[in-house]
Amino acid sequence: MADDDLAGEIVRVAGPLVVARGLPAPKMYDLVRVGAQGLMGEVIELRAEDASIQVYEETGGLGPGDPVYTTGGALSVELGPGLLESIYDGVQRPLNLLREMEGNFITRGTDMPALSRERDWEFVPVVKEGDEVQPGDLLGTIQETPVIEHRVLLPPGVKPGRVQSIRSGALKITDVVAVVGDGEAATEVTLLQRWPVRRARPFKHKYAPTDPLTTGQRVIDTFFPVAKGGTACIPGPFGSGKTVVQHQIAKWADADVILFVGCGERGNEMTEVLLEFPQLTDPYSGHPLMKRTVLIANTSNMPVAAREASVYTGLTIAEYYRDMGYNVALQADSTSRWAEALREIGARLEEMPGEEGYPAYLGSRLASFYERAGLVSCLGSKECSGSVTVVGSVSPPGGDLSEPVTQATLRVVKVFWGLEDRLAFMRHFPAINWLVSYSMYLAQVSKKWDEIIDPSFKELRTEAMTLLQREAELEEIVRLIGVEALSAGERLTMEGARSIREDFLHQNAFDEIDTYSSLKKQFLLLRCVITFHREAEKALEAGAEIDDVLASPLRERLADAKFIPEDRLEDFDKLDQAAVKAMEDLVPREERGAVSNL
Amino acid sequence: MAIRDYMTVRDIVGPLLLVRQVEGAKYGELVEVEFPDGTVGFGNVLEVSEDRVLIQSFEGTRGLDIGSTRVRFRGRGLELAVSRDMLGRVFDGLGRPIDDGPEIIPDERLDVNGNPINPYARDYPSDFIQTGISAIDGLNPLVRGQKLPIFSGAGLPHSELAAQIARQSSVLGREEEFAVVFAAMGITFEDADFFVQEFRSAASIERSVLFMNLADDPAVERISTPRVALTAAEYLAFELGMHVLVILTDMTYYCEALREVSAARKEVPGRRGYPGYLYTDLATLYERAGRIIGEKGSITQIPILSMPEDDKTHPIPDLTGYITEGQIILSRDLHRKGVYPPIDVLPSLSRLKEKGIGEGRTREDHSNLSNQLFSAYARGKEAKELAVILGEAALTEEDKLFAAFSGEFEDRFIRQGEQENRTIEDTLALGWELLKMLPRGALKRVRQEQIQKYMK
Ligand SMILES: Nc1ncnc2c1ncn2[C@@H]1O[C@H](COP(=O)(O)OP(=O)(O)O)[C@@H](O)[C@H]1O
Ligand SMILES: [Mg+2]
Repeated sequence: MADDDLAGEIVRVAGPLVVARGLPAPKMYDLVRVGAQGLMGEVIELRAEDASIQVYEETGGLGPGDPVYTTGGALSVELGPGLLESIYDGVQRPLNLLREMEGNFITRGTDMPALSRERDWEFVPVVKEGDEVQPGDLLGTIQETPVIEHRVLLPPGVKPGRVQSIRSGALKITDVVAVVGDGEAATEVTLLQRWPVRRARPFKHKYAPTDPLTTGQRVIDTFFPVAKGGTACIPGPFGSGKTVVQHQIAKWADADVILFVGCGERGNEMTEVLLEFPQLTDPYSGHPLMKRTVLIANTSNMPVAAREASVYTGLTIAEYYRDMGYNVALQADSTSRWAEALREIGARLEEMPGEEGYPAYLGSRLASFYERAGLVSCLGSKECSGSVTVVGSVSPPGGDLSEPVTQATLRVVKVFWGLEDRLAFMRHFPAINWLVSYSMYLAQVSKKWDEIIDPSFKELRTEAMTLLQREAELEEIVRLIGVEALSAGERLTMEGARSIREDFLHQNAFDEIDTYSSLKKQFLLLRCVITFHREAEKALEAGAEIDDVLASPLRERLADAKFIPEDRLEDFDKLDQAAVKAMEDLVPREERGAVSNL
Repeated sequence: MAIRDYMTVRDIVGPLLLVRQVEGAKYGELVEVEFPDGTVGFGNVLEVSEDRVLIQSFEGTRGLDIGSTRVRFRGRGLELAVSRDMLGRVFDGLGRPIDDGPEIIPDERLDVNGNPINPYARDYPSDFIQTGISAIDGLNPLVRGQKLPIFSGAGLPHSELAAQIARQSSVLGREEEFAVVFAAMGITFEDADFFVQEFRSAASIERSVLFMNLADDPAVERISTPRVALTAAEYLAFELGMHVLVILTDMTYYCEALREVSAARKEVPGRRGYPGYLYTDLATLYERAGRIIGEKGSITQIPILSMPEDDKTHPIPDLTGYITEGQIILSRDLHRKGVYPPIDVLPSLSRLKEKGIGEGRTREDHSNLSNQLFSAYARGKEAKELAVILGEAALTEEDKLFAAFSGEFEDRFIRQGEQENRTIEDTLALGWELLKMLPRGALKRVRQEQIQKYMK
C-alpha cells in the first residue's frame, strides 16, 4: 500500500465524496484506496489533475494531505463456488466474516476476500485434455450446495483453444483447474474469477421471455404474472407490502438461484431472511431455501456509496449463474434508495440537478439496470439458455407515483404491481391494486397455462377481472345513491367480486398454508370462486332469492378453500360440485325443470 | 493530533463558519469555537478542501465576528463520556451535565456517530412488550428492539401516550434490568418537564438518562442530541446488558435543524426544502435500535414527531415511516371525540408483530383476531361514512352491523384510561366480545375453531 509512486493526495472531503490530486493515470471507475486505512473508493469523475472518488466507507477523519492509492483495476466482484448462502455488503465484503473479525458493529478499513481461500471443492471435470473449448464451455462441475451444481465455464474473454491440462478432485478456488491454449496463448483457469460490476456479462442472444416465473402468490401469478427473464416493479408507500412481496418471491419463486439485494433498507429485514431461509423448505427441491440464495445487505445506515454499488454487485452475481444456464431471480429493495444514493453523490459533485434534485442521467441508469435482466442463450458451443428476472421495489415519497424514480421505472419495466395504502389499511394483502396493475407478459404466459394447467384458466381470469371492474363501477353508484339502487343481479356481481378479493386475491404471507399456492391450486381456487358465482347467477335467474344465495353456507366453505393444502387438491372438485348442488337447491321446485331445459 | 488554533474565519453564514489557512483538518472533526466574550462552544467539520474548512457551530453564531473568533481543532470527533453513573442524571444536548451532579468519570469515551450494526449480528426482535394499551398490544404490538415512532400533531397527547408506554411496559414473565434514555430536541420546557415529573413519580428517575435540548437552546446542537442519546443507549444496552427504551422527541425539530444547516450550505434541496440526504441521516439514527445475537440488552426506540399540518406525506413522517418498523398514528378526529389514546389504528402498523405474537408468545388467535378487527373496523368506518352522506337506509343490513361495530370498537377497545393497564388477555377478550356484534359468516380472517373457542 505504501508505494508512493501510486499515490495521490486528498484535496477535499465532503461526505462520501473525496477529491484526490495527482493520482497517476486515473481512469473512470477505477478502484482506489483512500487514506491510511485504505478505504475502498471508486473514481467517478475526472477534471484535469483532480479525481472525484466515491468512498464505500465512512469518511470521518479523512482530510487534505491524506494519501490515495490507485489499484489499476475496476470495482469487481469475486465469482466462484461459495457465493450461495453468503451474505455480503454492497461491495461484496462477507458480513459473517466481518463480524468474526471486528465484532457486532461494522468498523472501517477491514478488507476481506468474498470467497473462502481455504475451503476445498470437489471438482468433477467434463472435458479431457485435448478437447477444444471456447468461452462459456463447461470445464467441469462442483456440487456447490445440494441444489445447485456449480458449472465451471471457460470465462468470457479467454481465447478458444485446446485443453492442455485439467484437474479433478479437491481444489481451492485459487488453484489452477485447467490450462487452455498453447504456448503464448495458454491461459490458466482458476475456479475464482473476477468481473467488473458495472459491465454486463456477455451472452449470445437475448430473447423475449415466455415462461412464467411462478411465485406462489395468486394475485401475481394469475393476474399480473412476470416471466422468467422479465422485469417488474412494485411501487408503494411505506407499509403497503413491498418487502413482503419481495420476500415471498424470494421464498417461493420457481427460480434456480435467488439474489436478494437489500439496498438502503432495514437491517432487521435482512436478519429475517437470514433466520428464516435456512428453516424453510423449497417446495421444488425439498432443500432449505438458503441453499439457493445469495444476500447483499447494504442497509440504510451503511455507507451510501456502497449502496449505489450494491445493485451492480447483485446483478453481476446473478448473471454469473445465468451463464451456467440457470434461471435467476433478483430482488432489489429498494431501487429508490439506490437512486437517492446517486442523487447524494451527484449533489456532492455539484452536478446540475434534474427533477427533484436527481441527476439528469437517472432515467438512463435505471434503464440500463433493468436491461441487464433477460432470457439469453449463453456463450459456449452448446445450446444453453439462462435468465435473470429483476424485480425492483420503488418507494415514492408520500406514495405519489408521479415522482421521477417511479416514472423512469415505469418507462422500462414490463410489469407493474401498484400497491395501495387503502388496501393495506384494511389488511387486504398483498395490497396490489387490481385495477391499475398490469403485466405485459400476460399474453405469452397465459399461452403456457394452456399447456401446463388448463385451457380454461385464461377465461377464468378474464371473467374474474371483468367482475372486479364491474364492482368498481357499481361501487360508484352505491356511493352516490346507496345500495338499494342496485338490482339483485348487481348485488350478486358485488358479492362475486368480493369473493374474488377475499377468497382468492387476499393471501396471508404469514399463514403456513396460504403463504404459497401452486399454479394448479390457483387455478382450482379461482375455478371454485367463479363456479359459485356462475351457479348463483343461474339460480337467481331461475327464481332463487338473492338473500338465500347470500346466506348460503357454501360461502363460508369458499372462504376456507385457500387453506386446502397442496396434497389435497382433489377437495376442490368436491367443493365445485357442492357449489352447483347448493345453488340448484335454492331454485324453487317448479322452476327446476325449466333450468335443466335451458 | 496536536490541538491547533486558528483565527482565520472568513465567512459566517447562518450557523456556518468558513475558516481559511487551516492545516490538517479532518472531515467530521470536533472544533471549539471561542466567542469574543470568552465563552466556548462546539462545532464540527462539514467539509474540508485544501486549506478551507466549513464548520457548523452547534451553539449558533450570534456574537461571532470575523476578526476575533478563535477556532480550535480537537483532532477527534464528538465523543460522549459514558459510565453507569449516567443513570439518574440530566445532560444538555451535547452530553454535558446540567443537573447539579458531579462530572461523569468516564468508563469510556465513545464517538457519538456510532457504527452500523452488522446485519449478520442482528437478532430478530421477537419479545412482545405488553404496554397495557389495547390499540397497541392487540393490533400494533411493540416488541423489544423495535423502532416504533408516534406520528402526532400539535396539541395531541403524544407525550402522555409515550409516558404511559414507558410506565406500563413489561415483558411477560421477565424481570430484567431496564433503563429509559430520553432525548428532548427543541421541545418546550413544559413538555420536557412533563416527562421529568413523570419519571420522578414513577420512581424510575434513577433508571433514566435525560438529554435536554429545549426550544430556546441552540438549534444546531440538536443535530447531535439524538446521537449522543443513542450512544448512551448503546453503552447501557450492549456493554451493561440493559433493556433500554429510547424516547426521542421531537424529531420534527431535529429535521428542521438539519434543513437550516443545509440551506445555509446552499445545497440543492429535496422535497419541501429538506436535504436530499434526510433519509440516510434519519436511518443512521433509527437503525441504532435493535438486538444483537448473544447480547443480553436491547434498544427499543419510540421517536415522536409532529406532522406538519397533520400531513402523513410530509417528508419527515414519510421518510421516518420508510425506515422505522411501523408507526403509531394519532388522529385529531378521535381526539376531538374525546377518545384517549386517539390512535388511528388503520394506518398504524407494527411490522414486527408477526414474530412477537401468537402461540407461546401471546396467544394463538392473536394474529387472526387482530386482522379481523382491522378489516371489520375498516369496513365499518367506510359504511359509517357512507351513512353520513346517504343515511342509514343506503346500507345493507350487514353493513349496518359493521357501522355499529366500528363505533363500539372506538369507544371500548381503543378508548381507555391514562392509568389503565390492560393485560393482553383482557385485550383479546375484549376484541372477541366486540366481534359478537357481527354475523359469523362475515368473519373471514379468523378460523371457525377460534370462533368456537374464544367467542364466549
Ligand atoms: N402478504 C401479506 N400478508 C400479511 N401481511 C402482510 C402482507 N404484506 C404485507 N403485510 C403486512 O404489512 C406490513 C408492511 O409490509 P412491508 O412489505 O414491510 O411494507 P413496505 O416494504 O412497503 O414498507 C408487514 O409488516 C405485514 O404486517
Ligand atoms: Mg420495505
